[in-house]
Amino acid sequence: MIKHLLSAADLDAATATQIHDIAAEMATVAGREVKKLPTLRGRTVVNLFYEDSTRTRTSFEVAAKRLSADVVNFSAKGSSVEKGESLKDTAWTLQAMGADAVVIRHPASGAPHRLTHWVHGSVLNAGDGTHEHPTQALLDTYTMRSRMGKVEGLNVAVVGDVLHSRVARSNALLLHTLGAKVTLVGPPTLVPPAFANLTPSLRVSYDFDSVLPDADVVMMLRVQKERMNAAFFPSSHEYYKRYGLDSARLRRMPDHAIVMHPGPMNRGVEIAPEVADSPRSTIVEQVANGVSVRMACLYLLLGGRS
Amino acid sequence: MAYKVILSEADIHRVLDRIAHQILEKTQGASDVVLLGVATRGVPLAHRLADRINAFEQVKLPVGTLDITLYRDDLGRQSTRAVGRTELPSGGIDGGKVILVDDVLYSGRTVRAALDAISDLGRPAAVQLAVLVDRGHRQLPIRADYVGKNIPTSLVEQVKVLLSEVDGVDEVRLTGETTEA
Repeated sequence: MIKHLLSAADLDAATATQIHDIAAEMATVAGREVKKLPTLRGRTVVNLFYEDSTRTRTSFEVAAKRLSADVVNFSAKGSSVEKGESLKDTAWTLQAMGADAVVIRHPASGAPHRLTHWVHGSVLNAGDGTHEHPTQALLDTYTMRSRMGKVEGLNVAVVGDVLHSRVARSNALLLHTLGAKVTLVGPPTLVPPAFANLTPSLRVSYDFDSVLPDADVVMMLRVQKERMNAAFFPSSHEYYKRYGLDSARLRRMPDHAIVMHPGPMNRGVEIAPEVADSPRSTIVEQVANGVSVRMACLYLLLGGRS
Repeated sequence: MAYKVILSEADIHRVLDRIAHQILEKTQGASDVVLLGVATRGVPLAHRLADRINAFEQVKLPVGTLDITLYRDDLGRQSTRAVGRTELPSGGIDGGKVILVDDVLYSGRTVRAALDAISDLGRPAAVQLAVLVDRGHRQLPIRADYVGKNIPTSLVEQVKVLLSEVDGVDEVRLTGETTEA
């Protein structure tokens, strides 16, 4: 049984499918009058967030609370971190408080891995730098499975700022494991050719329009201005013209194809508002599925003998 | 391993016939009864009881499935268990008379977990318990309303219920050290 969830690459197809199956059961709790299970009563889950996040932190918090765990939110802002405390010292503090699991988001790639050496409990990577965001990949594949009936054999286009995207990396790894075919799409500055080596089945394309007719899933990525310290494209207008998903491009997709976005989205930068709000977009579903999938992950990591 | 057959296929058949009649008698025609099978083997038993009650008095009872994994009190003592489906009949369980159906009643902990699960799913007017086998050794103050067969056992023995829907054969076996040796 897995102890930590650090990378989508750590998951084999059986484990990922198990998480999907458990998530489907967890989803039924959301429709009940009492949205709570006693499963993790007495366990403590710490949300350790060194980067701003509403969606992921709230999602983990709701997930842990629905399983009756105690949740402690620890954000770098307004904490001892601003006073200069190192990750190691923070980890020891959390250890001393008896955290059974630490959900960590950190701007440095690899920080969750480091953390596993300093705490006894499980570590869940909620996004580390430009490295990985495994629960996002699990919820995205779960969303594909519930919308399309399966993940295996799907053509998935991941479009946009791949270079800075931990979502893209985790999805590319997990989708390969589950037998889907991934095409990374974006300007050469944001989709380096070396990314094609990530998995054997991966393709890279710089021409969004040529990918559209065969896509079952188009996953748009946010243009991460906060991580861009150089000019990766001439203007946001030109980016939108070549890589933005507007109504015209939506029409060129197959009728069954869906549009995904991990959020938060920049309307008008990578996706048109009417596309984001269309019935073929799964953006709101992804948020709801996020809670179920994170409940499944917490159960899998904390539900057994520690 | 050596085992003793406690109930044969014909025995199980007769026992379920009796329980179905007892349910009809005790609930005055089973009009507002919902049968909830506790996964795994309680589920086919609940369906069999519903079929019999329908055959005897033409009452179609709603049947649901209850997986109590997430309500167990020993989760932290074992490796992580798979989670099964919980499915309530479309009418729900509010106000109705829920009869929990399970294969073996032993420590009572499964029933305790099932009662907790039920209270999260709704508020039935009453909850009763039907089991195919009661083997004793209760650890909680719980008793069954309908018992197929009482089997006195020692703690080292194991009662195995096999049902054709799950195991391909109908049989109740007692394994381990038997008293007759």
